[in-house]
This record gives sequence, structure tokens and C-alpha cells, in this order.
Amino acid sequence: MEHAVRTVSWSAGLVVVLVAVVVASAALGAVRIDPLIVGMAILNSVAVPSGFTLGSSTIPAIGVGIPFPSVEYTSVFSFDVPDSHQTIVTDIRLPRIALAATVGFSLAAAGTVMQGFFRNPLADPSIIGVSSGAAAGAVAAIAFPALIPFGGLHLAAFVGALGTAFLVYAIATEGGRTPVATLLLAGVAIQAFLGALISYMLVYSGDDLRQAVIWMMGHLSNSNWNDVAFALPVTVVGVAILLTYTREMNVLLLGEEDAHHLGVNVERTKLLLLALASIVTAAGVAVAGVIGFVGLVVPHIMRLLVGPDHRILLPTSALAGASFLIATDTIARLGTLSLPFGVAVDTPVVPVGIITAALGAPFFLFLLTRREVHSV
Amino acid sequence: MNPFSSSSSASSGNSNDDTEGGEDAGGVDGSGDGSTRDADRRAIQTGSEHASEPETLEPATISVENLSLSFGDLSVLENVSLTVDPGEFVGFVGPNGAGKTTLLRAISGALEPDSGTVTIDDTDVHDVSSKASSRLVSVVPQDTALSFSFPIRDVVEMGRHPHRSRFSSPTREDSQAVEHALERTRTADLADRPIDEVSGGQRQRVVLARAIAQGTPAMLLDEPTGSLDINHQLETLELVRELVDDGRTVCAAIHDLDLAARYCDRLVMLADGGVYRSGPPAEVLTGEALADVFDASATVTENPITGTETVTALPDRIRSGQIPRDDDSDTQVRVHVLGTGSIAARALTRLDATGAGLEVSVGPVTSGDVAAQTARSLAVDRLEIPPFESLSPADLVTFENRVEEADAVVIAESVFESSGPGTRQLLESADATADSIVIVADDSSRADTAGSRDRTRGTEATPETLLEAVSNAVENGPDSSAPVSDRASSGAGSGSGSGSTSSDRDSSSGLSAESSGD
Repeated sequence: MEHAVRTVSWSAGLVVVLVAVVVASAALGAVRIDPLIVGMAILNSVAVPSGFTLGSSTIPAIGVGIPFPSVEYTSVFSFDVPDSHQTIVTDIRLPRIALAATVGFSLAAAGTVMQGFFRNPLADPSIIGVSSGAAAGAVAAIAFPALIPFGGLHLAAFVGALGTAFLVYAIATEGGRTPVATLLLAGVAIQAFLGALISYMLVYSGDDLRQAVIWMMGHLSNSNWNDVAFALPVTVVGVAILLTYTREMNVLLLGEEDAHHLGVNVERTKLLLLALASIVTAAGVAVAGVIGFVGLVVPHIMRLLVGPDHRILLPTSALAGASFLIATDTIARLGTLSLPFGVAVDTPVVPVGIITAALGAPFFLFLLTRREVHSV
Repeated sequence: MNPFSSSSSASSGNSNDDTEGGEDAGGVDGSGDGSTRDADRRAIQTGSEHASEPETLEPATISVENLSLSFGDLSVLENVSLTVDPGEFVGFVGPNGAGKTTLLRAISGALEPDSGTVTIDDTDVHDVSSKASSRLVSVVPQDTALSFSFPIRDVVEMGRHPHRSRFSSPTREDSQAVEHALERTRTADLADRPIDEVSGGQRQRVVLARAIAQGTPAMLLDEPTGSLDINHQLETLELVRELVDDGRTVCAAIHDLDLAARYCDRLVMLADGGVYRSGPPAEVLTGEALADVFDASATVTENPITGTETVTALPDRIRSGQIPRDDDSDTQVRVHVLGTGSIAARALTRLDATGAGLEVSVGPVTSGDVAAQTARSLAVDRLEIPPFESLSPADLVTFENRVEEADAVVIAESVFESSGPGTRQLLESADATADSIVIVADDSSRADTAGSRDRTRGTEATPETLLEAVSNAVENGPDSSAPVSDRASSGAGSGSGSGSTSSDRDSSSGLSAESSGD
């Protein structure tokens, strides 16, 4: 029971951090807004369902219309916030913050699962090629729009990611067993192949090269609520199911044979963990591109703080990942504004992937030298 | 708590330990293969007032039928069948690569056999889910990847995994089982320490605690003592023995034959992927079986302290000694050994182990003496007399016949330290009839008698050089130095002078060995 108390208190603390980071991020930008006003503006945008209208309204989230019963919302709060500030917060900054939170949440959770699954401290969410698959799909959609007849960038990336994960799994499985080492090597091989494919497509992408490269670096600019509506449900459902498998993840750390002796259906559990982690990763990567380092560093930092028990590690890593990506994306956003070193004005964005790696790597090295990083 | 602290209640010698519930642990009764053996074992057992079992366990029957298993083209187990009765502690012994670990993994359900079945209490472990099989059988593996800093309590709690549903929080039964397992293995005071910060012996106890918390009627252990020092080896096996007596069926692969003989009810000796022999340790561990299966020349004697079988393996080079044939006849070279104790035992082992086929006899030796036991285990012709009895005239005649038939007589140095009339009689008889005499001594005892060595007949040798000395003596034939019986009187100066016969001396040494075991 002790772990439950720890889980709740750590998670509560990280939620407080997350809220603070959200408010701070929404307050910063070209127009500085008083955090108090930001808080009120956020609360104003909170709405609760007040009823359904039976209709055929659709939400064009993924490009494909999904029939959806339309829900009527009523605002709970009505603080007095200037209209311009309300618009900046709810329509410009909050979608981007929400998307950063969603992507950070998904990548950190998937990274935690993959590191435990592979019992390898170098594992990250893309270890079986999910990101390469997403990049291949996205670059194909950017460079050859005609080849991707319907849907859009997000769907192409999502399908590419899951297709790659499935392919790697199928290659590594023989006789009902999927050895972890084979999975790892198959992932490396497929990533190398996809790397070649992506390079080939980039060569022929012409004017779209810049857009493709920025996508591959990972960015959260031009985010809108539709992106959030696509990624958030997948992530929340995926991580929620993963949270019910944390005891199995702990037992799997003992090795597969021990796990079998302790009543874990090893191959089925491995398939489920791999599938869920890949889906969650794919959802994040599809909307934000390949953002590196979040899924590698955040689980390690949290393991230093809370220990290796997945019952605590998984929820806290996910929450910390959300805060981490919001914070780094805020820096990316501010960096884009201030444009240091007189960089040409037509540089529209600083991809957040650059910031996560530029900040995450030195911090990780600092941890390595200060404290022994717990082995997985 | 010291595992060796004596406990009066433990030595009751009652072959049926009652479980705490006062219930008869069915099946434990029939497992004892001899009351003396059980009494001996319990006499050295740790305190029996251990923490109570949270649930009374009914030990399971493990039944393996026609099991065959191969890794690719390599056949590891071939048609193995065996049954382990409820409450039995069975040890799997055999050389490396005999399939001990594979058999355990097949029984646990971790390896799928090519053919054959494994049932535990009528449930085929390969037919049911891992959750169902893990409620029947727990496993203590050889190596567990415990290199991460989980608190020990959490590791033990993982043993409850098969009993918990996905969404339930731990029940009282779960936490009781964990606490019980921690107490049983004396790891309760370590419970909050990370597993990667305790010693190897403590880790082994934690893994055992995890298996106890699993609460299964059958338990499998793979080399539970493999990486432990001698103290922790005993500690671990004492604990396993207790678990068996509480009502569990246990199979363990054990490398150390002495320990296996000491703690197991029955041994299954595996060789080349099959069962070579199965039965009580005394029937399985024989010199012949060890030669067959381990390709080692070894003797099996009774350990004077534990009363169980002790195996002593000898290096191969001893077996390649060269002994010439007696040119005068086609018969084998005969050697008689006079003496008792460890020197005589070592001499016997050396002489019998040769490939040249010496015919060895020994005597007189007191029953229970290590030389007598060695002779029995090597199936050497021996003249055995009961303890505390002096040599009868009939025995003396037998001795004289043996010496006369022998091409060489080997006398243990210790014989000369005894000055009794019986000893003198034997030595004079040997002088009179022996073709040649070799005196075998430890290096350490040679210095004491160095002064008298030159004056008597007989070649000096240590157990290591004995074969060569015997070979030379047989070739050179009789010599005519002073009789060896002279040595007895010269050696008596430093001896006891009590006038005891050699047999008296032997039995008293036997007594001292026994008393040291108390």
C-alpha cells in the first residue's frame, strides 16, 4: 500500500508543477499577459457538457469526417478578461500548450515502457522504428502529395508509424516467441532502411524540403485544437491501459522466464505492451514530428527520483514529460520571436526537437556524473 | 539468528513434523527413507519454532511421463519418466549437461517438451495458463536479474502476482503471505533495503522468500547453493528442508553430491538426458554409479558427523599407475593392507583405483573405521572385526593367509605407534610371511620416526608414491633387513604405552569422531 501513497503524492505534486508550467507558458510570448489573467482566461474556456443535440455534425480532425453526436457546452466560469487576451490564450497559446502536454505525456510514457520492456537504458519510444515509420509517411505526404490520395500528413505519419512497428514485430516473431534481442536488431535494420528511403524522398522533394526537414526535427507550431483532438484520446486511452499493466512490467524486469513462473503470460503481455507503446508514440509523433530525447531522458530522471517501480514510475514519467515538453516548447516559441544572432527573418520556427536535445542532453550528462543512473 | 544454534525441540527425532495447524501433513510420513537418517538430520536442524504458515499446504504429486525435449537438433532429455511423491525432497544430480536444469524448466512449464507430459496434482502444466501453473509450482532460479533497486519487500510481493487480479489491491492474505515469507527466510529486517544492496546469500534468501510467498504445493530449485559459501549453503538447504517438512514437494538440482545426500529424501541421477538411477542417496551414490556417470573414480563413505554419504573424487592420473604382472604366474598382483584410519583408507583408494587390476585386501579393520568404509565402498576384500573386541585366533589365521597370498604387504605407519600385544603379533606374522613390505606414511609423520627407519626392512612411501613403491617392491622380491616388528617397540617410546590393542585404539578414535559431532 505504501507504493499507492507514494504514487498519489508524487503524481499530485507533478500535476501542480504541470499547472504552473501551463500558466507560465500561456503568460509568455509576444504579448505578455498577467498570469492571473491567464488563469482566469483558462478557467473561462473550461466548459462542461450540458446536453446533446442529435445531429450529423462531424469533427474534421483527421481529414476524414467522423459522425459524432454534437455536444452542447456551457462555460462554468465567466471572469472578466479582455477579449484580445482571451483569444490569445484560448485560440493561439492553449492549443499549442495542450499539444505539447499531450505529446510529452505520450513520449515519456512510451519511453518508460520501452526501457523496462527491453531492460535497456538506451531504449526510447522509437526503438522499434515507430518514428522512422512516421517520418517516412510524413515525408511521403509532403514530397508527393499526389501519392497520398486522402487524409493528410497526420494520418500518413500515424499509419507509417504503426505499419513499421507491426513489420518489425512480425519479422522478429518466430514460432510464437518474440525474443527481445531480435526485436531490437530488427528495429535497427528497419530504421536504417527507412532512413535511406527518407533521404531518397528528400532529394526529390524540391521546394518541400524545408517543410519536411522541420517536420522531422519535431515542432509544435501551427498547432490547433484538431491536432489535440486527434492525439489526446489515443494517448489517454493507451496510457490508461498501460497503467493497469505496471505490475507485469515490474515482474518482467526479473527476466521473461521468472515472469512466466510468476504467472505472467509473457508473449501476450509483450505484444500488448509493445502495441500500446507504439500506438501512443505514433499518436504523439504524427502530430508533432520526431521530437527526440523526451522519451529517453524523462524516464531516467524520474527513475532517479522515484525508483524503478513502474507503478510509480509510469504515471510520474508521463506527467513530468508533459511539463518538460511544454517548458521546452515555450523556449522554442520565445527563441523564434527573439531570433538571435540576426538570423534571417524568414525563419518561421525553431523546432522544439532542437531545444529538447540541446537542453536534455547536457542535463542528462549532469545527472550521469552526479548520480549513478539507475540501471533498468 | 544463527542457523546452527542448537534447539532442543528440534532434535526430537520424531520423523513426522506436525505443521502448525496441528494437522498431519499428509505424505510427509511416507517420505522418510529410514528413521536413523531422519533423526540424524533433525539433530542438526535449526530451531523448528518457525513462523506459522498462513495457509495449510497440501503437498503435490509431480509426475513426469516420457518427457523428451530438444533444442533444435540437440536432444537434451530423452524419455524421462519420474514421479515425486507428496512431501518428498528429491535432488537431481548428474554431471554438467546431463539435463538437470532443462528437466526443472520443463517441469515448471517454462520449456515446452517435444513429447511427454508433466502433471502436478493431475494438472498438465503445459496445458494451463502460466497463471494457473504458477499457483501450483514456484521456481527458485539459478540466476535472477535482480540488478535494480526494488525494495526487498516488493520483490517478495511479486510472488503474490499469480494470486492477484489486475485491478485489486493486495488482500490481507497477500500481505500475510509476504510477511510470513520474510520471517521464514529471516529477511524481515532487510525488507526495506534495495535488493541490489544486499549480499549474495541474502539475495538467495529473498528469491526463496518470493517462492514461499507464492504459496505453491510444489517448489523447484535450480542450484540453490551454487554461488554461496559453505555457511549459506547449509542455511539455504536447512530452510528448504523445513519447507518440505511443512508440506511441500520439492525438486532441486544440486551440484554438491554430499549436500544432496545429506538433505534429500531421494536422489535422481541424470546422465545423457535420461534417468540413470533413482532412489535413496545410499543406493544412488555408489562408486560404480559415479564412475559410470561422472567418469570419475570416487569413493563413497559415511560422513562420521552427519551420518550421510560423502563422496570423494580422485584425479584421473591416479588410475593410470603402472603395476607389473607377477611374472611367475598369470594371476594378478595381490596386495594386503595392514592398518586403519585415514592413511590406510588413502592407501586402499590408491591401490584399488589403478587400471592395472591389483587385487587388494585389507585387515583387520574395525567396523565403522574409515578404512573399513572405504574398503566397503571399493568392494575390497576385508577382514572386519567388531569394535572393542580383540583379534580372535580365527581372524589371525585369516590375516596370515592373506599376507601369505599377497605379493606385497602395505603397512600404515600408524600401526607402529600402537604397542599392544595384538599389534605386535600382527607385525611379527607379517615379518614371517610377507614377500615384501611397503610402509606408507604421511609426510608429516615421517620425521617422528626417521631415526628408526633405516634399521628395519620395508620401503617407505607416501600415499602419493605408494604405487611406485609397491611396484618396486614386487619386482625386487623379499629383502632381509631387520624385521618391521622392531619398529613397533622403538616407536612405542612416544606412544601411549597404555597397552591397548590395535582394535581398542581404533574404536576409541571412532568414539572421538562421534563425540565431536555432538
